[in-house]
Amino acid sequence: MLKTYLTATAASLLALTAAAYAPSAAAQAKEEVEVMHWWTSGGEAAALNVLKEQLQKEGVSWKDAPVAGGGGDAAMTALRARVTAGDKPTSVQLLGLSVHDWAAEGVLADLTPLAEKEHWADHIPPAIQAFSTYEGKWVAAPVNIHRTNWLWINKKLLDKVGGKAPTNWAEFEALAKQFKDAGVTPLAHGGQPWQEATTFDAIVVAVGGNDFYKKAFVDLDPEALGSDTMQKAFDQLRVLRGWVDPNFSGRDWNLASAMVINGEAGMQVMGDWAKGEFIKAGLKPGVDIVCVPYPGSEKAFLFNSDQFAMFSLDDKARQDAQLKLASAIESPSFQESFNLVKGSIPANTEVKPDKFDSCGQKSMADRDAFKATGGMLPSLAHGHAAPAAVKGAIYDVVTNFFNSTQSSADAAKALVDAVALAK
Amino acid sequence: MAVISEPAAAGRRSPFDWLQTILPKLVLAPSFAVTIVCVYGFILFTLYLSMTNSTMMPRLDSWVGLLQYEKLWSDPKWTISLVNLAIYGVLYIGISTAIGLLLAILLDQRIRIEGALRTIYLYPMAISFIVTGTAWKWILNPGLGLDKLMHDLGWTSFTFDWLINGDMAIYTIVIAGIWQSSGFVMAMFLAGLRGVDSDILKAAAIDGATLPQTYRRIIIPLMRPVFLSAFVVSAHLAIKSFDLVMALTAGGPGTSTWMPALYMYSLTFTRNQMGLGAASAVIMLATISAIIVPYLYSELRGGRRD
Repeated sequence: MLKTYLTATAASLLALTAAAYAPSAAAQAKEEVEVMHWWTSGGEAAALNVLKEQLQKEGVSWKDAPVAGGGGDAAMTALRARVTAGDKPTSVQLLGLSVHDWAAEGVLADLTPLAEKEHWADHIPPAIQAFSTYEGKWVAAPVNIHRTNWLWINKKLLDKVGGKAPTNWAEFEALAKQFKDAGVTPLAHGGQPWQEATTFDAIVVAVGGNDFYKKAFVDLDPEALGSDTMQKAFDQLRVLRGWVDPNFSGRDWNLASAMVINGEAGMQVMGDWAKGEFIKAGLKPGVDIVCVPYPGSEKAFLFNSDQFAMFSLDDKARQDAQLKLASAIESPSFQESFNLVKGSIPANTEVKPDKFDSCGQKSMADRDAFKATGGMLPSLAHGHAAPAAVKGAIYDVVTNFFNSTQSSADAAKALVDAVALAK
Repeated sequence: MAVISEPAAAGRRSPFDWLQTILPKLVLAPSFAVTIVCVYGFILFTLYLSMTNSTMMPRLDSWVGLLQYEKLWSDPKWTISLVNLAIYGVLYIGISTAIGLLLAILLDQRIRIEGALRTIYLYPMAISFIVTGTAWKWILNPGLGLDKLMHDLGWTSFTFDWLINGDMAIYTIVIAGIWQSSGFVMAMFLAGLRGVDSDILKAAAIDGATLPQTYRRIIIPLMRPVFLSAFVVSAHLAIKSFDLVMALTAGGPGTSTWMPALYMYSLTFTRNQMGLGAASAVIMLATISAIIVPYLYSELRGGRRD
């Protein structure tokens, strides 16, 4: 009795496996790229469409594999399942250090011959290259560079209260007071851990300077993490907490941007993807919305960069298609049209800044100027400075501090402990 | 039964008979296989993973013994998660059982529109926890819901800001959970109440028992199996509760409403600490087993006696 059960069970398992493998055999032998990404919103999808059409002209068909939601969390979960099952997509949108994580698993393809032929190393800033290469080999094609330490100010409100765009902490505080006196919420903020961390990133680099930021968030030096400078950064975050309206908990970033757009709030600390919201509302970045680096962080360009990592494939036709995809991603024409829509700036420095708005042009000028000064710094909040475990641990400390009455000294101590546990 | 039919069938075996014996097994085999592999197989796999240093992907060759469990118990977030689970579990199970029983007793008084009322109370159970969580998020948001309504109506001193207050936020999850589940518990009790033998009630009435006495001394003690079922159903809902927390507070403000299931998901899938996540999953499984196994044992033993 038990034996018949087991035999039947084994047979059905075999049948299931066979069924799972059948479709992948049929998909071979034509030039096709399967691209996994989480760019599903209107503008982003339109931007990707440019790439799709470019490839179709070269005879490569495009199989879309979008996984929406969670800033890529959902896509990463799906990707794990597919790689475990041996069904690797051609290319996947990845952020920051996760490129290295996947390269360390040995599942990424080597793009070095193509990169050398097209001189990627000359066109892509070294700070970005660090994320696209692993052990000296190119494994990913960078698409864009976002700057995260921006302060966005509603120009109409700024004029109404007679303020000026702040360039240091004292001016920033004064402006916040002017907004408050005028009955406007000074700072639009969404109470989600990553938004609090994005703000804290900018504060740390403004308070401590570029070297301190690097020591604390890239090298994870316990002394820097628990230092007086870090306590000062927490102090500043506490002041910012007082400028936020009472209902910020759990608010999405785009709703916070909307508060700046419709005049409920004066300012927002957010990366340049917020430009998309402003443009959609008919406001012109640089004209109706003032953009300045977070006060005190003018010498720093905190970045995150979207990359398309290429997975190693067995099939020759799919490999060829993959190289065509990588080449198309790095082409200036795609980089320009994509980044104009996305709000970021091109990773390829060959693209001319003419068509970009003044905020984008400022970003591009800083990108080139900071190449020598070391001002291009990876954003911790967006997974470019430290591994996901450490990033999460720092999120917890920062969001706990922001949502409680913890003292700055305790927060700095908690930061040291949390990082030590997660390392 | 098999023993009786055997001699008769032995004389004339045909392919049809063979098919008749094998068919049920064949039909059941796929689901049997899926259960063995996808439930019990993966439980063992998770147990093994929790003893490895797996980060982003399972790494089976990185044996670390019980290190992940040591890390787990020294993580303040895990402590927060467990305390929250204790608060949520006790209040959610206790209050939804109490409300469910009360509603069932009131509905049992042969009132006129019982059918309609029963449906109304049972409806929240038809909604997923995601919807419940989102709806209550709006209701409890001081800028949108109850608070604003009271202010607009002129009661300006009214405040109800539990959702954004780290010390009280866990109780908003309790409220939403109770709203969702007490109707279901009510239905269980109602079925139990309808099953009470009317002769016992008549006997009690003849002995001069008042209505409260009848309930307190006779009916509620008779509900013992229903209490047990309600407890088991809501206890495992509480331990694995993830969607409600995710939709209502997403663990915030700060990390004040983290729960074990949220902990497991975050560490495994977003923070590349799969080993630690697996360890927390094993602890959750152990907790659920501690509740379910004695229950199953008593149920199965009871079944055999009948």
